[in-house]
Amino acid sequence: MRKILVLITAILIIGSNNLRAETEKECFEKVSRSIFKFNEGLDNIIIGPISRGYNKLPEPIKKGTGNFTSNIATLLSIPNHLLQGNLDGAGDAFGSFLINSTFGVLGFADVASGLGLEDTKEDLSQTLGVYGIQNGCYFVLPVLGPTTVRDSIAMVGDTFLDPFATMTWRQKEVFNRTGKKREYIGVKSAGIVDFRGDNEKNIKSLKENSIDLYSSTKSIYLQNKERKIKNSDVIDDDEWGNLDN
Amino acid sequence: MKRFVFFISLSFLINYNYLFAYSTQPKLFVDELVSDVVSILSETGASVKDKNRKIEEIAKENVDIPALGLYTLGSLRKTLDSEKLNEYNDLFSKYFLKSLTSRLTDYSSQKFEIIDEEQKSANYTIVNSKIAPSDKNPEIKISWRIYTKNPDKPLIRDLIVEGLSLAKTQKEEFASILNSNNNDINALLNKLKEFASD
Repeated sequence: MRKILVLITAILIIGSNNLRAETEKECFEKVSRSIFKFNEGLDNIIIGPISRGYNKLPEPIKKGTGNFTSNIATLLSIPNHLLQGNLDGAGDAFGSFLINSTFGVLGFADVASGLGLEDTKEDLSQTLGVYGIQNGCYFVLPVLGPTTVRDSIAMVGDTFLDPFATMTWRQKEVFNRTGKKREYIGVKSAGIVDFRGDNEKNIKSLKENSIDLYSSTKSIYLQNKERKIKNSDVIDDDEWGNLDN
Repeated sequence: MKRFVFFISLSFLINYNYLFAYSTQPKLFVDELVSDVVSILSETGASVKDKNRKIEEIAKENVDIPALGLYTLGSLRKTLDSEKLNEYNDLFSKYFLKSLTSRLTDYSSQKFEIIDEEQKSANYTIVNSKIAPSDKNPEIKISWRIYTKNPDKPLIRDLIVEGLSLAKTQKEEFASILNSNNNDINALLNKLKEFASD
């Protein structure tokens, strides 16, 4: 047991140093740009049209879908709040899940936020970020989109931490219940369509106004991740100060 | 002639209202500016071209476009000769105004509220605001980086939308173009020219 602990600590320290040195650098930019183009094509042909169709659905259906996928995502937040030592956050997330799954009819209604129980979404990449593990180099995955070394490792880790993924993707029993892989894929896909639908205007505007869409997307991804890790919208940028010198 | 003078005076008054009427206090400055932009965007009967022209005038007067251009250029600004720098500034201004008007046309009907302001230094104040949620859209937090070195003339230097800095995104986009082209400013200038002429 002690050997395992030493090994894990060593991996984390080495990993942390290596990742820190490569923060925001590209792993393999040319390949990533090609994959990005492929993803853009996929968005133009499949995800975009589906999202625009989804946006035409009555508002209660869209809201219900968003609430439902968000409620399931809360399950991943609970262990991550705990790993970050945030007991209040874990309590809020647990309470939110419990209330929305019961009084909110399986999560289709967001009753909890009306009661002041806001769930701040947390995943393993944020947890690793809180412990000082930096991004590592940046790359783009087919279909899944932008990521970094830390975030891609965390994405796999999330499937072990997330009770919903354990039940469905890994098909293990949780509270005597199990599910199917297609349920996991279905819920995640619904979440993607809901997000894409909500951000239709922003994505269109970004596409129209970027002179290098790949770089804008990378910048937005990395800034957003940093904001989520810090749980803060404050940006400290010394460069503005330098401009006046 | 009398009519002509009246028309000139009226145009001057209208423009004066758009260009110079804002408060010098950062919070009020942002509030007044946004309400002006919203009222322009929601004008019925005015052409898109006309609305864009008015918004461009407001931006030229109240956004620190030259400083924003230098910031987005990154460290290359220190080594460029003045001729190239002037060319860049000119193209950046055109690029900025075009992308600003294109971005704004979609956002006109939601309620805007100022939350508070934080003085970061003698030169900078951050004004925090939000666009109130509607049935269709969630709440959007927007922070404004206001340059207050001249307290009589506050200027906008950045917009931080839900924690994402527009200036930083722009800077990283330009840096990527420069990196892919051995820091050759001409590559960036060509991209800006292309965008401005589309």
